[in-house]
Amino acid sequence: MPLSPLIEISTSEQIEQLQQGTITAVELTQAYLDCIATREAKVGAFLRVENQRALDQAAEVDKRRLKGETLGKLAGLPVAVKDVLCDKSTLTTCASRMLENFRPPYDSTVVAKLKMADAVLIGRTNMDEFAMGGSTENSAFQITRNPWDLDRAPGGSSGGSAACVAAEMAPLSIGTDTGGSIRQPAGLCGIVGLKPTYGRVSRFGLVAFASSLDQVGPLTRTTQDAALLLETIVGHDPRDSTSLDQPIPAYSKTIFEPVKGLRIGLVREHFAEGLASEVEAAVREAFRVYESLGATVKEVSLPHSKYAVATYYVIAPCEASSNLARYDGVHYGHRTDEAAMVAELAAERKALETAQDEVGLDRLDSTLVRMYKRSRSEGFGPEVKRRIMLGTYALSAGYYDAYYLKALQVRRLIRQDFDAAFGEVDLIAGPVTAQTAFKLGEMVEDPLSMYLVDLYTVSANLAGIPGISLPCGFDKSGLPIGLQLLAPPLEEERLLRGAYMFEQATEWHQRRPKW
Amino acid sequence: MENYTTIIGLEVHVQLATKSKLFCRCSTQFGAEPNTQTCPVCLGLPGSLPVMNRTAFDHALKTAVALHCEIPQFTKWDRKQYYYPDLPKAYQISQYDLPMSSAGYLEIIDEKHAFEPKRVRITRAHLEEDAGKSIHDEAAGKADSEIDLNRTGTPLLEIVSEPDLRSSAESKAYLQELKLLLTHIEVSDCNMQEGSLRVDANVNLHIDTVDGKIATPIVEIKNMNSFRAVERALDYEAPRQFRVWQETGQKIGDAPKQTRGWDDMAGVTRGQRSKEESSDYRYFPDPDLVPVLISKEQIAEARRSLGELPADLRSRFVEQFGLSAYDASVIVNQGHAVIDYFEQVTRESGDAKSACNWVTQDILRLLKERNQTIGEFEISADKLAAMIAAINNGNLPKPRAKEAFELMLNQGCPAEQAIRELGIEQVDESALVELCRDMLVKNPRVVADVQSGKVQAIGALIGQAKKLNPNIDPARFREICWELARQSSSSE
Amino acid sequence: MAITRSDVEKVSLLARLQLSDAELDRLTVELAQIVEYVAHLSEVPTEGIEPMAHAVEVHNVFVVDEVLPSLPREAALANAPRHNERAFLVPPVLG
Ligand SMILES: [Mg+2]
Ligand SMILES: [Zn+2]
Repeated sequence: MPLSPLIEISTSEQIEQLQQGTITAVELTQAYLDCIATREAKVGAFLRVENQRALDQAAEVDKRRLKGETLGKLAGLPVAVKDVLCDKSTLTTCASRMLENFRPPYDSTVVAKLKMADAVLIGRTNMDEFAMGGSTENSAFQITRNPWDLDRAPGGSSGGSAACVAAEMAPLSIGTDTGGSIRQPAGLCGIVGLKPTYGRVSRFGLVAFASSLDQVGPLTRTTQDAALLLETIVGHDPRDSTSLDQPIPAYSKTIFEPVKGLRIGLVREHFAEGLASEVEAAVREAFRVYESLGATVKEVSLPHSKYAVATYYVIAPCEASSNLARYDGVHYGHRTDEAAMVAELAAERKALETAQDEVGLDRLDSTLVRMYKRSRSEGFGPEVKRRIMLGTYALSAGYYDAYYLKALQVRRLIRQDFDAAFGEVDLIAGPVTAQTAFKLGEMVEDPLSMYLVDLYTVSANLAGIPGISLPCGFDKSGLPIGLQLLAPPLEEERLLRGAYMFEQATEWHQRRPKW
Repeated sequence: MENYTTIIGLEVHVQLATKSKLFCRCSTQFGAEPNTQTCPVCLGLPGSLPVMNRTAFDHALKTAVALHCEIPQFTKWDRKQYYYPDLPKAYQISQYDLPMSSAGYLEIIDEKHAFEPKRVRITRAHLEEDAGKSIHDEAAGKADSEIDLNRTGTPLLEIVSEPDLRSSAESKAYLQELKLLLTHIEVSDCNMQEGSLRVDANVNLHIDTVDGKIATPIVEIKNMNSFRAVERALDYEAPRQFRVWQETGQKIGDAPKQTRGWDDMAGVTRGQRSKEESSDYRYFPDPDLVPVLISKEQIAEARRSLGELPADLRSRFVEQFGLSAYDASVIVNQGHAVIDYFEQVTRESGDAKSACNWVTQDILRLLKERNQTIGEFEISADKLAAMIAAINNGNLPKPRAKEAFELMLNQGCPAEQAIRELGIEQVDESALVELCRDMLVKNPRVVADVQSGKVQAIGALIGQAKKLNPNIDPARFREICWELARQSSSSE
Repeated sequence: MAITRSDVEKVSLLARLQLSDAELDRLTVELAQIVEYVAHLSEVPTEGIEPMAHAVEVHNVFVVDEVLPSLPREAALANAPRHNERAFLVPPVLG
């Protein structure tokens, strides 16, 4: 079945046609649902495609448009949302058995803003369980494949959001980024992904992984689309104490203005061993492109960047171990089979009694403790357990200062490195990842090397600064290479304008996977 | 046998008087149907975030200042992590290493001199959230436990004292004074039945032995649901620890800190099983909340908002009005309304002693009998002041004051009217002398008795005289009759 | 501070995770690796450096004390694994 050409045209064109009435929201939504029908079986980007709801929303938008009502920024545009943002009209599973049937009684602020903007919420995308991972292979429910090579991972944790846009199953999607989970999959899937300044986008209703690092952001085909979607979801939220009360520039309007006298920072530490030569070549080429646009390239140093991953893998698991403690099978989420649990305990007690093992009997779990343990062990996957264990260990008596406190101090040094660097340059550019998309299953057995994939992305989360990933080339096996740009806090506008300059000078963003 | 000192420190949790919870806008109203006052935040649902209640913080700051605490410029909130079904996030948002106040004190006194006045040091007072309630099956935990999260997230102030208390009497006095202070500054109703004031005690003994002073292991006592229970528990626990020491000789450090629950029925404390792992709370700063910076101005403002504290009022009433320490505290313990009433009566009548007597003796009794508040009491402060003034300037003879008071109470009328309606007017001296002369003439035997030294004989005349004129002052009548009787004798 | 199997067992109780012997063995190895890696932080001199617990430093965020509607009880209990229309149910907490 031939797919509708509507999915090929740019978002701004889709908006224009919707406004002029040459197409309807239902037609556009149906075009994407058709694409999903043909490609989703191969990609597995969605945990749930919400056909009926999407078509209803689209019909509603068309009806209101006919009535001449003023509609929201995204009126009639399909948006896919990572299954980690609460939406009271569907489930929110975080790709975990723990929340397999969890139906939040409230909307996250981001979802509420999308609804306010009259977006069509087309489906909920796959992810690493509780956003922990960089390949989306930690989903409890399914594998998501990279549209550029179905044997490879789309990256993660927002792999579903990246893959569905790369596969043209949605024009726009929402992801979350705690250590690179938007920028890395965007880079590996050849699309644009933006992580805003910490506090720019409300975390209210975002199921927490690491509260001081999590940010919500757009994954789109172009920087222009990213500006539009960002504009829709940013803003101060009184329900999030860490939300920033700062003016919001009109990103989608200002993005076209080039940054005059742009100074681009090249980070000395970025070009170390481990960086694939093709990736390095593409990134160095990107600097040349900027120079050709009149920008000056300046070498800067982030001396503590080599400690970023270690810092991140203390802070994130510590916060995660606490944030995920609430999943204990008491008030919501998975609870173990109580009869089986009681039987298990009885059997253990009997064995201990016959062995007259007093110590063992004294140590034997209470019913409640056993219920917690079984419910959590059944509800969480290996990576989530690993990080809960790591964080619990690092926060436990005797280790707090050596790990958590130390990491918080190094975190400040990392932030200070950026403050110093941004004293000399307007933006910092570099690779998103050291390698292009890796094979499915390649990393699952080796957690540490999986963690090291975040090398170039975690610093922005630790420092709270905005970053964007955009296509800057392809390797010889046809896999996308991502360019990461970083800006000082609250400078998303500069970030987008700088990214748009590069995008205009290149055509990497126009390539699409073959089907 | 060795004698010992009981060393007591109290840990008090008070619910702060806010309309909504500490981190969400659910009502804190007591007694609602289970789980009808919850939302995503206090249910600890995935994605929910806390935002701090301004009034709760202000109340906490006010209390810290009233307890003479040191207030840091920077304070933050931490997560105290443990699993319990009434704690839906599996952590309590509390304060660990940088509490909002520390190093304060509370002075306790006992008018009946059961103990010396003392300054009890406050270690710290910090703001935290309450947990929910687990309703356990009475039948020894056979059936399921029910979890009610209405109380979850209610603002609590935890006030920890130094181990400065030495007896159950001192401990009770400390709790009473603390409750008086908190209710006086209106940050909590301290209603123990409703759980808005909860007390845990840390107790051990210092024993004088032949080889010096030794300390016994510290025991924490829980589930004491009234001040009386605290008193009884402490009176039970001290000798128990002494017996244990005599049997085991265990010193502090030999055994871990033990937790015991007070069984009010049985009147004993019982050991509670506590797993060793539960003590590792893994505190760390809550990334969902931001720190609070407290300015000198805020502290000064909090101090201004306090007004005069109970201790200040008591000493002022003693010094300025010459009340007894006992009367002063009786009045101060009644709270603002009665204190203001008493002060107004004193101001307008210029007679603190009478004001105090009427309030403490008659009015407080009547309020109790008719369970009224002073605001509902028929005799307003200005009326009582006018009545006292009338007594003092003689317009209302003391002996008839009670009648006037009754009338004012029943008709709500002012003093002058009561005096009029009782037909009370001044009897002028000459008329009274006339009356006496004439009564003596009619009763020569009384005159004779007086002359022979039986002064009390005049008493027999008072009754008749009162019939002739109800307003006469019996005391004055006596004097005049006695004078006249003596004169008549000397004139012979 | 090499991490031992008994450390891992202790932590698994704190974390309320029931782990098989195989899982305990694997985690002991993996956590040891990761802990060894993050231990490199000790190389960084940090005396006098303020810990950075938040990505952006905001202070004094409060809301006014006003009551807003709570969830209907059905909604509050809707996701409960077990409830009796009025309360969440758990196995006997006592005994
Ligand atoms: Mg406490
Ligand atoms: Zn609530």
